[in-house]
Amino acid sequence: MNMNGGQALMKALENEGVDILFGLPGGAILPVYDPLIDSSIRHVLVRHEQGAGHMAEGYAHATGRPGVAMVTSGPAATNIVTPLCDAYMDSIPMVVVTGQVPYAAIGTDAFQECDTTGITMSVTKHNYLVTEAADIPQVIHDAFYIATTGRPGPVLVDIPKDIVDPNNPRSAMEWYTPDSHDLPGYLPNQAGDAELIRQAAKLICEAERPVLYTGGGILKSRGAEALLELAELTGIPVVTTLMNRGGFPDDHPQCLGMPGMHGNYTAVTAMQEADLLIALGARFDDRVTGKVGEFAPLAKIIHVDIDSAELGKVRRPDVAIQGDCRVVIEELVKALKEMGGSEAQPDRNQWRSRISGWQERFPLTYEQSKGDELLKPQYVLEQLRDSTPSDTIVASGVGQHQMWTSQYWKFNHPYTWVNSGGLGTMGFAIPAAIGAKAGRPDRMVWAVDGDGCFQMTAQELVTAATEGFPIKVALINNAYLGMVRQWQEMFYEERYSEVYLTRDVPDYKMWAEALGCVGLRVESPEEVGPAIAQANEINDQPVVVEFRCEAEENVFPMVPAGMSNSDVVVDPSQRDQPR
Amino acid sequence: MTAADDGGTTTLVVRVENKAGVLARVAGLFARRGFNIESLAVAPTDDERFSRLTIVVGVDAAPMEQVVKQLDKLVNVVDIQELNPSASVERELMMVTVRAEPEIRGQILDLVRIFQATVLNVGYDEIMVSLTGSPSRVDDFEGLLRPYGIVDVQRTGKVALPKLVKAAPDPLAP
Ligand SMILES: Cc1ncc(C[n+]2csc(CCOP(=O)(O)OP(=O)(O)O)c2C)c(N)n1
Ligand SMILES: [Mg+2]
Repeated sequence: MNMNGGQALMKALENEGVDILFGLPGGAILPVYDPLIDSSIRHVLVRHEQGAGHMAEGYAHATGRPGVAMVTSGPAATNIVTPLCDAYMDSIPMVVVTGQVPYAAIGTDAFQECDTTGITMSVTKHNYLVTEAADIPQVIHDAFYIATTGRPGPVLVDIPKDIVDPNNPRSAMEWYTPDSHDLPGYLPNQAGDAELIRQAAKLICEAERPVLYTGGGILKSRGAEALLELAELTGIPVVTTLMNRGGFPDDHPQCLGMPGMHGNYTAVTAMQEADLLIALGARFDDRVTGKVGEFAPLAKIIHVDIDSAELGKVRRPDVAIQGDCRVVIEELVKALKEMGGSEAQPDRNQWRSRISGWQERFPLTYEQSKGDELLKPQYVLEQLRDSTPSDTIVASGVGQHQMWTSQYWKFNHPYTWVNSGGLGTMGFAIPAAIGAKAGRPDRMVWAVDGDGCFQMTAQELVTAATEGFPIKVALINNAYLGMVRQWQEMFYEERYSEVYLTRDVPDYKMWAEALGCVGLRVESPEEVGPAIAQANEINDQPVVVEFRCEAEENVFPMVPAGMSNSDVVVDPSQRDQPR
Repeated sequence: MTAADDGGTTTLVVRVENKAGVLARVAGLFARRGFNIESLAVAPTDDERFSRLTIVVGVDAAPMEQVVKQLDKLVNVVDIQELNPSASVERELMMVTVRAEPEIRGQILDLVRIFQATVLNVGYDEIMVSLTGSPSRVDDFEGLLRPYGIVDVQRTGKVALPKLVKAAPDPLAP
């Protein structure tokens, strides 16, 4: 079939199963926006290209399918660099199509030319500059394959204008449906080595104080069920990193919750005291390990990851298994069953009782607000958690509110937590929540956002309002760049430098209304529940609920940066507890 | 570091897809991950779809396992061979122009003969010669020429292939 490159691009995207595209047009990508009109793919017009990228990420987080964004050249391409880096750090499958100046103009500093593939080389799993219209079907097919297989990640496809412009003879091409990939250097491997899996099973059967240290690879591999089976077969306690909240249910008796810098005491301490860490799709990030040399000093390590470069990058494993988490866990379960299943597990009652001792002495805690104090953010999150359906999808920004959300929410379902972990991108919450809602319109979607974060991407609420994505935003207004304020309080002798945002400017309620949302403002504890109930009832418009919160509240526990996890600082009220 | 410190380097022979930007990807990866390239040679292979990079990496400067694994993740990298100097044959080409007033030209030609180097070009007070050899032999030659005054020198960086198996297969083996 004869067509032009622009039509081929739309057809190629349709063939990959793309149902929604987040983007914003401009000069270089203009020719593609014409065949878009006739395409089955829905386009969501964003207000800033960063929003398009985070929406694609949110969509991918919530559905497991690759998110797709399309923007023009130059400033639009640079605007989407942050989401690309975010997706790269968190292994999110995403395909970004960028317009480029005509091929012959590349290298001439043409209007809105930038070296998009050069700029994004280090923040994408792979990128392409397509030079011929005839390459478009194959490149798009390969791009989706790379984005979604192996360790997932973002792939960028840069398309010069002339090869998609019907008025340019260089755009003429013959359609073909690629039936294979031309990627001699890319052979993702799923299965783990059987002998290594047997060795891992043996270590598990010998361990007295094992911990399952589970990361984002569980969710990426759709391995939550397999993990549950492994955990229940062995009875081993499970910590879920920030990237795997929901990958193992928080209400499960074996779940210890989040480890790391703001993890709870039990999760942090169980890893420190363990004699075996079974790291599944986790990468020993510095926010989890604290001072690496003193992390889990007694533990042998089993490390399972799809990316062999993660094995031994930070901590040398005793057994390193390259493979897809779900596939390897399923094989591990089989191997353990062959060795006798739960019967073959040593008596770990002592370990269990030490863990429950920590849980009793060091639960998450905060002091309820008194008198005319403003709200405690933790209270707001507890209320929100308790008055929304358990499969509610929660997207968060970056800062104190993010840590409180991860700490206080009960994640009992996979793919309900949408968050920027590796890059820590302020402004992620609102566009990511929109993307999640686009992917899961059946679900209630709440964004928990900070006042600082909100001001970075609030304009996407216009997108939500006009494109019909009735997300809800819980805005934790503490008048500060709170996380930075906390560090200045704790580590810079309360010398506060450029962290005060003001309490009343902007007027968030009015701003929300101006953006096409319902705006609510809550100041006292009694109003919290009713406001949430009111927001939950609104399904035809986005809602922003501003919760006016105490500025001085700090996130605890905390392992100060660079310190050992054994020096975790607990809430002031728990500091006299025996450890 | 010079190529003479072979103990401190490893040679990676990296087969890559012959596509635009591949060298930038490899170089960018080294820069981004804080690995240092001592020398780099790029050449086509007998299969036009691929090129071969010979990269000398300082082993102290980088955890070699990470270098290899991260390189391997590049979609355009097809395969990587790690060549230990003792298990490979290495060659490097040097072209050098040396001061050579007529009265000392003979001394330089002596060195050229001893090293089996080649005279490429002669001027009234300079001479241009080339030498192909193991990196350490090239180092020696360069060192001996230096006192005469090196005007210009170009070295290619080394290329390498694994040493061949010496023992013939057992004729009685099945
Ligand atoms: C784009 C970006 N800029 C700066 C930072 C550094 N940073 C981390 S948390 C934070 C404060 C966030 O403030 P807010 O959104 O109000 O959240 P809070 O900590 O008060 O809950 C800052 C500035 C960042 N993570 N991302
Ligand atoms: Mg704040």
